[in-house]
Amino acid sequence: MARGYPFGNLFGKSPFQPIQDHMAKAHECAEALIPFLEAAMADDWELATKHRSIITKLEDEADELKSEMRASLPKSLFLPVPRSDLLEVISAQDKIANASKTISGLMMGRKMHIPEAIAASFMEFALESIATSAQALKAINELDELVETGFRGREVNAVEALIDELDHLEHRNDEQEIAIRASLFAIEKDLPPIDAMFLYKVIDSIGDLANRAQKVGSRLQILIAR
Amino acid sequence: MEIISQHGHILLVLACLFGFFMAWGVGANDVANAMGTSVGSRALTVKQAIFIAMIFEFAGAYLAGGEVTSTIRKGIIDPAMMAGTPELLVYGMMAALLAAGTWLLVASMMGWPVSTTHSIVGALVGFAAVGIGIDAVNWGKVGSIVASWVVSPILAGTISYGLFMSVQKLILNTATPFANAKKYVPMYMFLVGFMIAMVTLLKGLKHVGIEIELGLGSKFANAMPIAAVIGLMVAGIGMIFLNRIKDESIPSHRNRFGNVEKLFAVLMVFTACAMAFAHGSNDVANAVGPLAAVVSVLSSGGDIAAKSALPGWILLLGGGGIVLGLATYGFKVMGTIGKKITELTPSRGFAAELGAATTVVFASATGLPISTTHTLVGAVLGVGMARGIGALNLRVISTIFMSWIITLPAGAGLAIIFFFLFKGIFG
Repeated sequence: MARGYPFGNLFGKSPFQPIQDHMAKAHECAEALIPFLEAAMADDWELATKHRSIITKLEDEADELKSEMRASLPKSLFLPVPRSDLLEVISAQDKIANASKTISGLMMGRKMHIPEAIAASFMEFALESIATSAQALKAINELDELVETGFRGREVNAVEALIDELDHLEHRNDEQEIAIRASLFAIEKDLPPIDAMFLYKVIDSIGDLANRAQKVGSRLQILIAR
Repeated sequence: MEIISQHGHILLVLACLFGFFMAWGVGANDVANAMGTSVGSRALTVKQAIFIAMIFEFAGAYLAGGEVTSTIRKGIIDPAMMAGTPELLVYGMMAALLAAGTWLLVASMMGWPVSTTHSIVGALVGFAAVGIGIDAVNWGKVGSIVASWVVSPILAGTISYGLFMSVQKLILNTATPFANAKKYVPMYMFLVGFMIAMVTLLKGLKHVGIEIELGLGSKFANAMPIAAVIGLMVAGIGMIFLNRIKDESIPSHRNRFGNVEKLFAVLMVFTACAMAFAHGSNDVANAVGPLAAVVSVLSSGGDIAAKSALPGWILLLGGGGIVLGLATYGFKVMGTIGKKITELTPSRGFAAELGAATTVVFASATGLPISTTHTLVGAVLGVGMARGIGALNLRVISTIFMSWIITLPAGAGLAIIFFFLFKGIFG
C-alpha cells in the first residue's frame, strides 16, 4: 500500500534515538556491576550469581540493539553525519557492556576474594569507572539535541564540554588504577600467586571499562567535528 | 461542426464526469502527500489536515489556479492546428482526462508512485502528437514545463535550506530558544500570509474577474500594501495561538527543545494552509484545465480560438472532486503517510512545507504545471542537506525518477487509445 507514496517512503528511521537507547542499555550493564561487587565483597556468591545473570541478560539486550541498529543503517540512507562514524559510536558503546560482563565473569568464575587491605579503594575505583560510563551516557544523550540544532553552534560546544569532563574522569581513574596496583603490589607476596595474578587482571578490566567509556566520547567528538 | 451541435450535451456531461474523476484521483492520492508532513510531525491530526485541505485546496484552485489552467488549455497544444476540426480537440481533452484519471487509479492500486501533473502533460502531448500531428504540440512550452520539473525541486530545496538555516541562527542555536521562537515565529507567519496574498493578487484574481485598483501606478505596487496587511493579520492571529504556549520544564532525558517545537507546530498549521493553497493552485488546475478547454469549445459552438474566461463552476467542480476524493479515500492515505514520517519535527516540517509551497505558488503564477509531491521531496532534501533530518531514504529519489519515466508514456499511450475510441464513437 505505502509503496506508492514516495513521499512517505522518503523518511528513514532516525538512528539517533536508538543510539541513545543502546548507550542507556550499556550503562545499565555497568551500573549492574555495583550490586554484584557488593555481593562479591561480602562473599555472598549466591546473591552475586543473581546479579551476574542480570548483567549477562543486559549485555545480551545491548547486543541485540546493536545488531538491529546495524541492520537499519543501510548505505542508501542520507544522514546528517557520516554513517561510518555512527557505526563506530555504536561499536564503542557496546564495548562498555562487554567490559561489565568480563569483570563480573572473572570474579564469579574464581569466586574472587578482595583482600581487606585494598577493599575500600577497590570499590571506590570501580565506582569511579562506572561514573565515567555515566558521563559517556550524559554526552550521548545530547544526540537528539544535536540533531535539533543541525550539529552546529552552541550545542556542539556544550557536548564538547561534556566530553572534556569525560576525559578528566578517565584520567583520574587511571591515577586510581596506578595507586591501587601499588597497594596490591605491597601485599601480593602474602596472597596465593594465582589469586594475585587475577586480581591484577580484574583491576585491569575495571580500568578498561573507564577507557571504553572515554572511547565513546572520542567517537562522539569525531562525529561532531566539522 | 455538426458533431458539436449534435452531441454537444453528451460530450459536455462526459467531460465533466472525466474531469471529476481526475480531480477525485488527485484528492485521493496527491493531497495526502501535500498534507502528510503536517500530520507526520503531529502539528495536525488527520481530521484537521482534511479540514484545512478542503478549504485551502479550494481557495487555491479558485483564486490562483487560472494561469495553470490556461497553460493546459492552450499552452501545450497549438489550438490553431485544429481550427477546422474542433471536435478533435474535445476528444483529445476528454481522452487526456480519462487517461490521467485511469492511470492515477491503476497506479494507486498497484502502489506505484504517480504524479498527476506528469500524467496530464503526457496525455496531452500524446494525443496531440499522434492524433493530430507532431506540429500540433508546442514543443517549446513542453520543454519549459519539463525543465520546471527539474528546477522546482531544486528551488524548493534551496528555499527550505535557507529557511532552516535561518531558524538555526535566529532560534535554535541561541541561549534562549523559546523566547526567540516567540519573537521570530510570527515573522515566518507574516511571510506565509504575504506570499500567498501577493501571488493571489497579482496572478489569481483576474481569472475570477476581480480587479483591485488603489491607483499606485503598477499592479505590483497596488498589491504590496494589501498583501502586507494580510501578512500582518496572519501574524497577529498566529501570535494569539503562540501566547497560549508556556515554557514548561522538560524532564532531563527528553529533548530540551520540546517547548520550542510546540511553537513551531503552531507555525506548521499556517504552512499547511499554504501548502494546501499551493497544491490547489497547481494540481487542481491540472485536473480541470482540459475540462475548461472542452467547455470553451462547446459553449462557443466550435470556435477554438475564442477568448473565453474560465467559468467559476469548473474550478468548483474540480475543488469538489478533490474534496470528495479526500473524504472517501484520501484520509486513509494521509494516515499511512503520516505514520511513516513521524521523525519529522515541526521546525523541519515548516521549512520544507514553506519552501515547497512558495515554489509551487510561484510556478502556478507563471502558469507552469509542476508536481507538488516532487517539489516537496526536493524541499525535504534541502533540509536534509542542512543536516536537519535524522535519516532520509535516497532510494526514493530513483523511484521518483522512474515514475517520471513510466508516467509520461503511460499517460500518452492511454490518451491515444481513448482519443481514437472517442473518434470512433462520435465520428
